[in-house]
Amino acid sequence: MKMKEIRNFCIIAHIDHGKSTLADRLLEHTQTISDREKKDQLLDDMDLERERGITIKSHAIQMNYLSNGEVYTLNLIDTPGHVDFSYEVSRAIAACEGALLVVDAAQGIQAQTISNLYLALEHDLEIIPVLNKVDLPSANPDEVKDQIIDLIGCEEEDILMASAKTGLGINDILEAVVERIPAPEGDPDAPLQALIFDSVYNPYRGIEAFFKVVNGKIRKGEQVKFMNTGSKYYADEIGVLKLGQESRKEIGTGNVGYIISGIKEAKEVKVGDTITSFERPASAAIEGFENVKPMVFAGIYPVDTEEFEELRASLEKLQLNDASLTFEPESSAALGFGFRCGFLGMLHMEIIQERLDREFNMTVITTVPNVSYYAYMKKEPDSKVIVNNPSEFPDPTKMERMEEPYIKAQIITKADYVGAVMNLAIEKRGQLKNQVYLTSERVEMTFDMPLAEIVFDFYDRLKSISRGYASFDYHPVGYRESDMVKVDVMLNGEPVDALSALIHRSNSYDIGKKICEKLKELIPRQQFMIAIQAAIGAKIIARETLSALRKDVTAKCYGGDISRKRKLLEKQKAGKKRMRQVGNVEIPQQAFLAVLKLND
Amino acid sequence: MKEPLSEFFYQSFHSLAGAYIHIPFCKQACIYCDFHFSTLEKDRGAMTMAIIKEAQLRKDFLPQQALKSIYFGGGTPSVVPIADIEKIIEALDNLYGIDASAEITLEANPDDLNEAYLTELSRSPVNRLSIGIQSFKEADLSFMNRAHSAKEAIGCLESLAKYGFDNYSIDLIYGLPNQSPEDWLWQMEHLKTFDIPHFSAYALTVESKTKLAYLQAKGAVELKDENAAKHFELLQDFAKKEGYEHYELSNFARPGKRAVHNGSYWEGTAYLGLGPSAHSYNGKERSWNVANNALYLKALEQDGLALEKEILEEKDRFNEMLMTRLRLLEGISEREINSFSPVFQRHWLKESRKLLATGKLVQFSEGYRIPSEWRFFSDGIAADLFYT
Repeated sequence: MKMKEIRNFCIIAHIDHGKSTLADRLLEHTQTISDREKKDQLLDDMDLERERGITIKSHAIQMNYLSNGEVYTLNLIDTPGHVDFSYEVSRAIAACEGALLVVDAAQGIQAQTISNLYLALEHDLEIIPVLNKVDLPSANPDEVKDQIIDLIGCEEEDILMASAKTGLGINDILEAVVERIPAPEGDPDAPLQALIFDSVYNPYRGIEAFFKVVNGKIRKGEQVKFMNTGSKYYADEIGVLKLGQESRKEIGTGNVGYIISGIKEAKEVKVGDTITSFERPASAAIEGFENVKPMVFAGIYPVDTEEFEELRASLEKLQLNDASLTFEPESSAALGFGFRCGFLGMLHMEIIQERLDREFNMTVITTVPNVSYYAYMKKEPDSKVIVNNPSEFPDPTKMERMEEPYIKAQIITKADYVGAVMNLAIEKRGQLKNQVYLTSERVEMTFDMPLAEIVFDFYDRLKSISRGYASFDYHPVGYRESDMVKVDVMLNGEPVDALSALIHRSNSYDIGKKICEKLKELIPRQQFMIAIQAAIGAKIIARETLSALRKDVTAKCYGGDISRKRKLLEKQKAGKKRMRQVGNVEIPQQAFLAVLKLND
Repeated sequence: MKEPLSEFFYQSFHSLAGAYIHIPFCKQACIYCDFHFSTLEKDRGAMTMAIIKEAQLRKDFLPQQALKSIYFGGGTPSVVPIADIEKIIEALDNLYGIDASAEITLEANPDDLNEAYLTELSRSPVNRLSIGIQSFKEADLSFMNRAHSAKEAIGCLESLAKYGFDNYSIDLIYGLPNQSPEDWLWQMEHLKTFDIPHFSAYALTVESKTKLAYLQAKGAVELKDENAAKHFELLQDFAKKEGYEHYELSNFARPGKRAVHNGSYWEGTAYLGLGPSAHSYNGKERSWNVANNALYLKALEQDGLALEKEILEEKDRFNEMLMTRLRLLEGISEREINSFSPVFQRHWLKESRKLLATGKLVQFSEGYRIPSEWRFFSDGIAADLFYT
């Protein structure tokens, strides 16, 4: 196979704009899969991904396509579609020479599409714009075409019209991939440099890493080195990715493949790392490598205190195939022993919680998530103290200042909702940095905003105030000084550490009040009165009273009532099992996340 | 595998069984009621024949022994002619036999209990009445959309003695919106005035799909548990002072006047339920007829049954035992707990210990019961003891 017959590309699209369906059509059209093997959304193979309709872990697949008498090798590199995974997206893009920019002809360009498009342009990818779902009655191709032209400065005739659902335009897309996307460039004789853009955990074979050979070639059996981690392995098996893996003796320059080398843990393989030959190493690693850092932290505790060791074992297993999950033991006066876990974002946190439940049958309590703060003490004003947990919040009198992480948030919405989005962003301590009308109807707004505000119900509220017509993306932009306070919650005068939250002083009274109100709603009435208080230090800032339960019996219990009543009480008892007793108060799981749902 | 049936069990199910007959007709709908009924007059004749046919088709459901109780409930059984009630009793006598001392109860509303009706009833085999008085106050009755007036309530109680009915019960409802403790005490005074032998007092409960639920959701009616709890306390004091046994959560009797038929629900003995929506139980399974008059009649027209059933596992029986016995003054007997498999006995030991420690459960010579101050929490306490 010659380098000039290789095309490496990815698909940039917003969730639901038809990326997975388009991928399916490309695979069918190139006969990479037979009808028998056809499954909808072929590239997503975790149950969870299928249910949520998002691609969490990226994969790659190789197709052969005949054009003008030449057989081309097309490597389609799939990219994750959520902001939590933006670093992985950047590495997948770095492995490509071109990208299909897929835009829904009815919905137009969304924030996520734009941020990924910018990433692709940064890497000089050839962009092939594709207008998808043109068959929909609600399609508005002319307007969306204008948006695309504005955005990437292409000619109208460069935009391909397609319907992945009906198969319209698939052939044009494949032809454009061959004609417009350049073949990879690289030196076949140089020392090996292969870029790892993804990895998955296979319980039988260990870690499978996916790479693109940038220079040189990789041979089966040779000793290789991962340049950033410094580890050495043997390339026990290498190959290309068809519908399944097909092993090869060698993968040449410009091509995409997989390597299996007996690695047991995901954390040994870092996305963005460079594979080189041990005997003849490259002088430098490929640029752009970053250690992925967790952005959001929360405590995870077993509902049953005796399941602590089981929880540890489950988290360890999860970490085998999800290196971005971090955890360390912590203890809470209210909840006992658990783990402080780090996640890439809120979606990642939800996924971990769901996987614990589904794959390990672990029922857990998740505490209020927070970001990572830096505290600088008066004594040592130059050394930062990392605060990943409200319980680590230093004594305010001894603290010189505190910093919190900020993000650049991009929001694209209909012009009608600009006011509402602006109000929300300001409430969330956002500062408008830029506002651009993409068309007369669609506006792109850029804000500087504390990451912590995104953690607290920002995304849900954005969707609801814009009736779904707002898309959102963000990137971290470093730390800024901030005035944070710790809001504690007390039940009948007893502080419940697991309910504490770090909140900006300007919002603290309001949020303290809302926390109390929400807890009143979520904690079931018990046989005694419960005082719910929020406090900053010794100062009480809000109070609610949950009156005592005075009656817990139905008046009638005759022949026709017994079955129904038994089932009802069994259900109640099951609900009680998921509650945690703190002092003498029983607290349901969802109360620990009350602070996230203050506006529901 | 055959489940080990304990001695206790055999004893329960070889003791006498009862029959419940659901008469699914009413003059009008009370705002709180979620029982099955129709206010249409059609089908009333056909229903009697269908119920008799159902009794014949299900002859083998109960052990072949004389019935110890028959209960006509509803709906409003007093809206059908007494001749129909007698036909059903006769059919049951032919199928099972009726014990000489059997309790035969008819639910009736005050507006139906006129002199002519009572005359006819006094000549029938019916020997106990359960009268839906609910309140002696006109405003309460109209709020609840009852068919009778306060005057009719008083009038029927005055007539009962005249016709020789000394075994009867009345229903009262407390915890009504705007009902003060004084109102409720005034209601209970009537029990004394008429020397009522048995009464049921129910806390007004909002059942889904009732007019009351609608009014509550709309905010037109507000029910407070605090009021119900206060009234329940007054009720307990009243019963104690006036010599009523508070033998079941909502039932009170002069000694010797406890309800026999309803006791079978709380004591776990067998009962056959006939008519639309009626439930049956024979120790192993519970079944229930479709809650729809037309479907019920249609099935029986074709000699079939419109019946659903569930088989009760030991766990279900254990939980039901807790749920029903803990409503009783006598509570749960040690003997009955020991009739369950060892795993349930161990479970009981472990879970009951916690409740004994908090005083929500007390032990006495024959068993365990919920003390009076915790009786208004019986369901929650039973659920704490459930085996899941």
